[in-house]
Amino acid sequence: MYAPSSVDAPRIHTPDFITESALTIPIYGMLGEDGRPYEGADPSGVAKEIVLAMHDAAVFTRLLDERMVAAQRQGRLSFYLTATGEEAATVGSAAGLEPDDMILPQYREQGALRYRGFTAAQFMDQLFATEDDLGKGRQMPVHYGSRALSYMTVSSPLATQIPQAAGYAYGQKLAGEGRCSICYFGEGAASEGDFHAALNMAAVIRCPVIFFCRNNGYAISTPVSEQYAGDGVAARGVGYGVRSIRVDGNDFLAVYLATQEARRQAVSEGVPVLIEAMTYRLGAHSTSDDPSGYRSRKEEEAWQRFDPIARIRAFMEAQGWWDAERDEALRQGYRDEILAAMKTAEAKPAPSLARLIEDVYAAPPWNLTEQYEALREQVRANPDAYPKTAGRIE
Amino acid sequence: MARMNLLQALNSALDTAMAADERVICFGEDVGQFGGVFRATSHLRDRYGNERCFNTPLVEQGIIGFANGLAAAGFRAVAEIQFADYIFPAFDQIVNETAKFRYRSGNEFNVGGLTIRSPYGGGISGGHYHSQSPEAYFCHTPGLKVVVPSTPENAKGLLLASIRDPDPVLFFEPKRLYRAAVGDVPEEDYTAELGRAEVLREGGDVTVLAWGAQVEVVTRAAEMAAEKGIDCEVIDLRTLLPWDVETVTRSVLKTGRLVINHEAPRTAGFGAELSATVQERCFLYLESPICRVTGLDTPFPLAHEREYMPDHLKTLAAIEQTVNF
Ligand SMILES: Cc1ncc(C[n+]2csc(CCOP(=O)(O)OP(=O)(O)O)c2C)c(N)n1
Ligand SMILES: [Mg+2]
Repeated sequence: MYAPSSVDAPRIHTPDFITESALTIPIYGMLGEDGRPYEGADPSGVAKEIVLAMHDAAVFTRLLDERMVAAQRQGRLSFYLTATGEEAATVGSAAGLEPDDMILPQYREQGALRYRGFTAAQFMDQLFATEDDLGKGRQMPVHYGSRALSYMTVSSPLATQIPQAAGYAYGQKLAGEGRCSICYFGEGAASEGDFHAALNMAAVIRCPVIFFCRNNGYAISTPVSEQYAGDGVAARGVGYGVRSIRVDGNDFLAVYLATQEARRQAVSEGVPVLIEAMTYRLGAHSTSDDPSGYRSRKEEEAWQRFDPIARIRAFMEAQGWWDAERDEALRQGYRDEILAAMKTAEAKPAPSLARLIEDVYAAPPWNLTEQYEALREQVRANPDAYPKTAGRIE
Repeated sequence: MARMNLLQALNSALDTAMAADERVICFGEDVGQFGGVFRATSHLRDRYGNERCFNTPLVEQGIIGFANGLAAAGFRAVAEIQFADYIFPAFDQIVNETAKFRYRSGNEFNVGGLTIRSPYGGGISGGHYHSQSPEAYFCHTPGLKVVVPSTPENAKGLLLASIRDPDPVLFFEPKRLYRAAVGDVPEEDYTAELGRAEVLREGGDVTVLAWGAQVEVVTRAAEMAAEKGIDCEVIDLRTLLPWDVETVTRSVLKTGRLVINHEAPRTAGFGAELSATVQERCFLYLESPICRVTGLDTPFPLAHEREYMPDHLKTLAAIEQTVNF
């Protein structure tokens, strides 16, 4: 059966195609580059405490990223991945939610996690795979997760979390507690089949999920011009019957307000919403990457101008909420806290050997128990070969 | 001859293949200007143009579906999957399409021109999703060939053979060796025969079988065993599907003992297939049970990677146990 709109559609009698550029979606922005609200943009709906809290989490994230890239260069950490330049997109959207809405991240959303309250020590335990890591030392650095903070553990295979978000949100709707889910993903991941499956299912089955695309211009080395030919990711939402908006991803206020409104619609009407945040990955893809092979310094410098933290700081100062002294105190406090937390984590032992076979199943079957026993003997017999676990076999 | 690491040898193979045959087309995520995240496709876009070497959008099922179509159109499609851990969105295209294209059409159509390259394996602190060895899933699929090189020299020859082979090939590259393995590689065009194992070290006491990066590990174990007076015959399988049953059984008929090493989990790993076939063919000659040294039946870990790996010490212990049975 056709949907009614197809039956009632007006008829045309020449083969006129809708052009690929017929839909050009504008960008919702509140603050200009200089941090001043645009004419006609009213920032009074964003409370002072929210602005300060977003700025605080963004500064922490920026400093954490800087410190950990340095630690990786010093050989103290195997791998790291920064969110530099994308703090407004991740922190601003987290601020627009309720604290127990579920977050399904990609991997560059440490800002959202920090906004929820993840501590410096918790970041470090994951990064250094210590015995206190919530993920039990099983995943690469930056694969954070916390049930207490409703932040689902990061999984490297791209886009898998997008249809999962639809399913999770459907469960939230059935539970009837007025919660929704937000799902983050890059514009690269939006090329995966899972993205398309997710939008269609969420629209058809009516799931209260916010699909949040961080369009940061690149997927590793691949620029958006080699990723898609249409008008970005937001335009796809329309095709799937998902209401969609494009926002300035470096504008905390716009991201916050767009997400808050998306949440309201998702929860009150039980439908999905798509937000495409236009931003720029200021750093390398990860510490394994060197962007000089695929983009120019000039391009990177041009984007420094749009630094979201500088912009919100200018806004805060203009409101009389912030000054250089407070800024330096905040930064120095976080630098010290991050460094101290890193040193503590570095001194902690790895998870004990027994963790290796836990959680494969609810209870280990015979094969795992046997393999673990054999491994224990192996480690006992060759302690020098397995220094992380030899001293602490249970 | 030139000194090359394994990546440079692969790059040389791709370059050679593209120069020799304009139907060879290379593509995948980040393979264009950047030359791939490991740089296996470096300079190919500059040399052969964006039509023959290009970035694709980020979608593995699309990459392999596209590659199937291109191969069906008569091209030699060389598709890169950035990590073997990310091949699974393309599982349907590979298992239901690539593998059955010829058979289901009565050879009206085939995708024999397809080669899928992908780095696999652990030892690089890559955790769950940059470490897996998924070969067994594909070895369970009639219609595919599965090839795993172990040195720069055989990597070039095997990749050229795979690209030119009349059947679709999954070519799994041991990424731990990408820069670590260095050797002399002929600069000219040559191929190494698919379906042939290589006896790397002759010995009469026990056969030790491995592929990819584990060849180095078992060779080290064999050297340690030699110091204890045990004479190992080391075999590099090189092609897993179809595998060289003749070379392997000839060796086991001689030694009467077999140790198989692979990184992938033990249960239903490819070692199980090898073990079953050798047992069927060599039963009366076996002096001890066939022994598998493998990864554990867990997801690939991070903090406990060392403990998980089937290393030289575990292999040596297995060799001794097998010989002293
Ligand atoms: C299924 C899958 N394919 C490939 C990769 C390798 N990979 C990791 S990140 C990445 C680029 C992702 O780009 P995007 O989604 O735009 O996110 P960004 O890194 O820009 O935040 C790729 C190709 C992966 N992790 N998963
Ligand atoms: Mg991106």
